[in-house]
Amino acid sequence: MIEMSGIDKSFGNVQVLKEVQFSIQPGEIHALMGENGAGKSTLIKILTGIHKKDAGQIKVNDHEVAYKNPQEAEQDGIAVIHQELNILPELSVAENFYLGKELTVGKAGWLNTKEMNRRTAEVMSHLGLNVKPTTRAGSLSVGQQQIIEIAKALETNADCIIMDEPTAALTDREIDTLFEIIRELQQQGVAFVYISHRMEEIFSICDRITVLRDGNYVGTKKSSESNIDEIIQMMVGRELGDQFPELTSSPGEEKLTVKGLTKRPFFEDVSFSVREGEIFGIAGLMGAGRSEVVETLFGYRKKDEGDIYLDGQLVNLKSPTESMYHKIGMISEDRKTKGLIVDFSIKDNLNLTNLDEISTSTWISSQKELALYETLIKKLDVKTSGPNQAAKSLSGGNQQKVVIAKWIYQQPKILILDEPTRGVDVGAKKEIYQIMNELAKEGVTIIMISSELPEVIGLSSRVGVMFEGKMMTILERSELTEERIMHYAMGGETIGKQQANV
Amino acid sequence: MGNNKQMSNVLFKLGPFIGLLLIMIIITLINPSFLSLTNLLNLLRQVSINALIAFGMTFVILTGGIDLSVGSTLALSSAVGASLMASGVDPVLAVLIGLLTGAILGAMNGVFIAKGKVAPFIATLATMTIYRGLTLLLTDGRPVSGLGDSAAFELFGRGYLLGLPVPAITMMIAFVILYLILKKTTFGRRVYAVGGNEEVALLSGIKVDRIKIYVYSLTGFLAALAGMILTSRLNSAQPTAGQMYELDAIAAVVIGGTSLTGGRGWIVGTLIGALIIGTLNNGLNLLGVSSFVQQVVKGSVILLAVLIDRKKNA
Repeated sequence: MIEMSGIDKSFGNVQVLKEVQFSIQPGEIHALMGENGAGKSTLIKILTGIHKKDAGQIKVNDHEVAYKNPQEAEQDGIAVIHQELNILPELSVAENFYLGKELTVGKAGWLNTKEMNRRTAEVMSHLGLNVKPTTRAGSLSVGQQQIIEIAKALETNADCIIMDEPTAALTDREIDTLFEIIRELQQQGVAFVYISHRMEEIFSICDRITVLRDGNYVGTKKSSESNIDEIIQMMVGRELGDQFPELTSSPGEEKLTVKGLTKRPFFEDVSFSVREGEIFGIAGLMGAGRSEVVETLFGYRKKDEGDIYLDGQLVNLKSPTESMYHKIGMISEDRKTKGLIVDFSIKDNLNLTNLDEISTSTWISSQKELALYETLIKKLDVKTSGPNQAAKSLSGGNQQKVVIAKWIYQQPKILILDEPTRGVDVGAKKEIYQIMNELAKEGVTIIMISSELPEVIGLSSRVGVMFEGKMMTILERSELTEERIMHYAMGGETIGKQQANV
Repeated sequence: MGNNKQMSNVLFKLGPFIGLLLIMIIITLINPSFLSLTNLLNLLRQVSINALIAFGMTFVILTGGIDLSVGSTLALSSAVGASLMASGVDPVLAVLIGLLTGAILGAMNGVFIAKGKVAPFIATLATMTIYRGLTLLLTDGRPVSGLGDSAAFELFGRGYLLGLPVPAITMMIAFVILYLILKKTTFGRRVYAVGGNEEVALLSGIKVDRIKIYVYSLTGFLAALAGMILTSRLNSAQPTAGQMYELDAIAAVVIGGTSLTGGRGWIVGTLIGALIIGTLNNGLNLLGVSSFVQQVVKGSVILLAVLIDRKKNA
């Protein structure tokens, strides 16, 4: 029904898809799997016309297509249900169902509310959702809202529905209901592309599984002929190469201890400790609560419970300012919204954390300002055209170096890096690894969050793995394998423990 | 930043200045008496009140906020200062207390916005009403007069020093100080950072709340300063003084090229913006244009300035 082959796509000079293929038949449930950044969403966006492919072919019902927007895809029966639902909470179920396609009486646009409510009730009860069509959509559970979305997709005569992480916010019972609906529609010939990280679900509902890795097509397996371990192997198995510097630092005294740190609803009872000059990795899937843990540690979010000790002393880090006072720095996950003021010049961005250093209490010294710029740019080898170049015009790698530079001058004792190499090309990645390694050698304690397992394994001396707000385990360097980390990251507990003990 | 970018940056900075020159030339061509020294000095004095308020507004807008309460702040602090003077308090002390009142009223705005997380538009819309109401309560709705005959206080709004109107001198001194603060101090840099991206500023260890409270206090203080000048000129405090002043101030900032989303702009532009508005008022009066038409012209200039700004940034 849908056949995609040889799909290439690059953003700037980063290739995100390389000759990817994917196909789906009527009445099939086909899982699309891969780590964060493997290219799943990009592939879907190319299929539905949000992005343009650089090369390759897409055939729908044996005709070659190149949709310009999702509406065109919808006309051919391809509908997407996004992770964030498109439900207007203040409107009723029926109003949501008919949004943009309202039934009217006559040509003046007078709404035929009665007919819409009647039809909505009919459709909803058909899908097992027995609510009044006049109910406010916002008062329904996420699972029920999702059914409205499915109904909307079916109403457009969709015969292929793409679902992005549909069960992420559902309870077990709602998942069961959803699966019943999916299976029933499958009987009627509707196909589903199912994107999820949850292995068990995939095996219980999907017919075939296609795995992507780093934008490459790895393979397609029938789920009846495969198993969880094989799929994980496909998702992560790649050569480590020598892009990581040798771990040269020798961790010293215990520097930071976190006990029972809790911030609901993001994470609960997280404990770990990190030594001087150590690189401590935190792994886990998106939404596992990793960023929230470090943001709470840094004082950006307010903790609910838990204690933080620095050099054995209990500290109360209430704000980033206070953390800076204790020589803690943080480089956030999203450098464009949390790391840089993109409209500012490089020089002014570097100044943000260092205003006290370049001024005599009140007045900024232009010489010191420029000296700061020169020192940092040289130290981290940032390629710029000058101090006044706007940060937004730098490449991803150079932007990230500016963010790191911003903090280095503060000589932090603890540096937190959240996804330090996201959207950074391979060359700059390696440089960032070297910077981190060097800092560790100088005795800086580094906490790194990363979704890239090779990076976590290549750099960390120990790795904490999180799943749904819990620290599942802390693995020693000798225990680090991608399979093992993935296992814990997907919620595996007992089997993982046994493996770890072998 | 490429040459092209630098070019457009120069244009962005020169745009309002060219506009001001154009307006002055046109008015002079029609009525040459516009360029007379007396009229120009008069113009500077007329501009000073709006300029002082607009300077404060520039800081607020640079942080991404807005202050609608400046007019009411002006009225309330004037009323406080004038009432003290009328009851025999030393004029210098009374003025200082009036200025302090303005700063406190501004600080309250800042606290509601920074600590209470109320949107600046809403918070200052509310305090605009509250402060005006308090002014009417304090004055019983009547002008406060009988301020005594202190020469110093008279000088403040009506006097001349070295041939220049004192309000204009006050404005220029304030301008230089505020220019240096924005351009050369850590505080100024933090103001830009808060407006540029509040989250980045916070994560960079900048005390965002404190910066906001300072900025609103400064604006309140400057509104009160403008209020003292006005009170001295009228030799009385009017409970209805300062109505709609917030709009002229915001207009001056916007014409000057400061972005309403914060983080981008400069105070020189605001001075020019205030001069443009003042020149229009003054010139159109000279030309005998009716005050109804004046409003249409003023509004059109604001719209034009913003449209040109949009084009440049597109």
